[in-house]
Amino acid sequence: MSNQPILQVQEVTKAFGGVIAVNGVTFDIFEKEILGIIGPNGSGKTTLINCVTGFINVTSGKVLFRGKNITGRPAHKIADMGITRTFQIMRPYYSLPCYKNLVIPLFSPRAKRTGGWRGGGKLGDRDTVGIDILEEIGFERDSFVPYKIASTLPTGYLKRLELARCLALKPEIIICDEIFSGLSMSEIASMVPLIERLQMDGITLIMIEHRLRELFRVSNRILVLNFGEKVIEGTPEEVMADEKVKEVYFGSEKAEEVMSHA
Amino acid sequence: MNIEQRRKERLDRGIKVRTDGLYALMSWRELSYLTLPRLVLIVGMLTLPFIMPSMYWQRVISIVCIYALLAMSFDFLAHFVGLVSLGGALFIGVGGYLAAIMNTYFGMPPLLTIPIATVVGAGICTLFLLPCLPLRGVYFAIVSLMYPLALARVIEALDILGGTDGIMGIESFGNRWVEQYFVILMVLLFLFGARRLVNLDIGLVFRAVKDNDQAVRASGMSITFYKAVAVFIASAMGCMGGASLVHIYMWSGISLLALDFSILPIAATVIGGAGTLVGPVLGCLILVPISELLRAFGTLRIVFYSLILVAFIVFRSEGIMVYGQRKYHQFERWVKI
Repeated sequence: MSNQPILQVQEVTKAFGGVIAVNGVTFDIFEKEILGIIGPNGSGKTTLINCVTGFINVTSGKVLFRGKNITGRPAHKIADMGITRTFQIMRPYYSLPCYKNLVIPLFSPRAKRTGGWRGGGKLGDRDTVGIDILEEIGFERDSFVPYKIASTLPTGYLKRLELARCLALKPEIIICDEIFSGLSMSEIASMVPLIERLQMDGITLIMIEHRLRELFRVSNRILVLNFGEKVIEGTPEEVMADEKVKEVYFGSEKAEEVMSHA
Repeated sequence: MNIEQRRKERLDRGIKVRTDGLYALMSWRELSYLTLPRLVLIVGMLTLPFIMPSMYWQRVISIVCIYALLAMSFDFLAHFVGLVSLGGALFIGVGGYLAAIMNTYFGMPPLLTIPIATVVGAGICTLFLLPCLPLRGVYFAIVSLMYPLALARVIEALDILGGTDGIMGIESFGNRWVEQYFVILMVLLFLFGARRLVNLDIGLVFRAVKDNDQAVRASGMSITFYKAVAVFIASAMGCMGGASLVHIYMWSGISLLALDFSILPIAATVIGGAGTLVGPVLGCLILVPISELLRAFGTLRIVFYSLILVAFIVFRSEGIMVYGQRKYHQFERWVKI
């Protein structure tokens, strides 16, 4: 890990009228790191991500990408720089076949520059590149899954499709918003190695998650949010051991039990 | 009680699978399966001027084609980009007035005015509509409806561009055959062009904007830019229609900004089958002549017109073309349960 953080979030605050959803959150993330963000429902995790990716404007604070201020830039410009995200509620193009879903990100200026995932600066036929990405991410080509209309697919594939859409841009940072939620245990089990492989391929990941067991296994550091404020930031072990997290995040004496499972 | 003993089974024609791509060239049967519907349309459109009984009905054909251009532009925007446009009158008005100005004030022939009015007019319409493009929802419909109303009042109040009398003495096409074949060929050109476009990669981006604009933004593309490109294409169709219209009528006036041009294309799209691009053309071929036939009833014709529309929406809401395509591509049979 280099000393220069790839992404710096400084004192980011977002207020919706009188409700302060994110309150002065600061964190850094280094290259090839996996940062997990956890917190109870409504603690501002998704809002924080929306601020970072430019989907909503921050009220105050700064976001720096490789030392460059990207606060307030439009979402497509930020995605063009290589910060991509998946959505909590999956947003595939339901009327298109899966591989055609990937033609859209492959049509973007960034993909043309980078050549798409695994592309060496040269983008081939978009359909073929799309199918290759899908196969790499776990769509069985033999069973014609890549050719099926997106609306006919089960949740597991749609989550992968979200990830594939990010990969098509050849991103530097992928922000996964609850990529494990709604998946069966076996689907999660096959997703975890995928995440680890992405890390090995040099991608920095931010993962918002409620599935703590899997998250603690893959992530290097954990950030805990509560009521829009940072509670603690540290390694999974530190976070698990922290009394404040047990109190604030898990609430009662049940905390012991939950943490011992994780 | 009578329990349903049978149900309708639908099967795709096996032949359809093989008629995509190069395989279609393998046999005459498959080749004709593929080309026949297109040939029927093309030949039908081209022979229309011959089978019309009088000059009056030949004129109606030209009007049908102009409405068809508008209906296609509506269908393209609504079902492939997700923008519900009520701006048919805006497109016709801008294109029409531009052509009229260029012809009467600068003496340009129709050969020049129509292409220029198409491109410049589409640019102007896109600029007009640009402010509401980043928004989702009904705003585009409202704004596109407002412009023609506002422009008509501006022309009226300031008495510019001929005021309420309009601009007269515009050069005609010269020959009614040229006039009809020009608009018919333009309809066919834009129809097959648009059908090709929506299946290209940029067309997929348009459809993606309709399906999920946030995901398009997350893919690093500006939805405003792609919506603007789509509006440019759609308004080019409309402006082309408007420019042709003033050369057909040899007159340009406030009635170019009338709401008919916004509403009738939508009705035609509903009847013809939304999302097919051919459907709206068929819808216009049906609706515009009916509207002419009903002229005898005076103002009552709008009642008949509404009844026809309601009947279509109630009994065949999918539209003629969607229904027809299903019948053409699928076997249907009753099976016992």
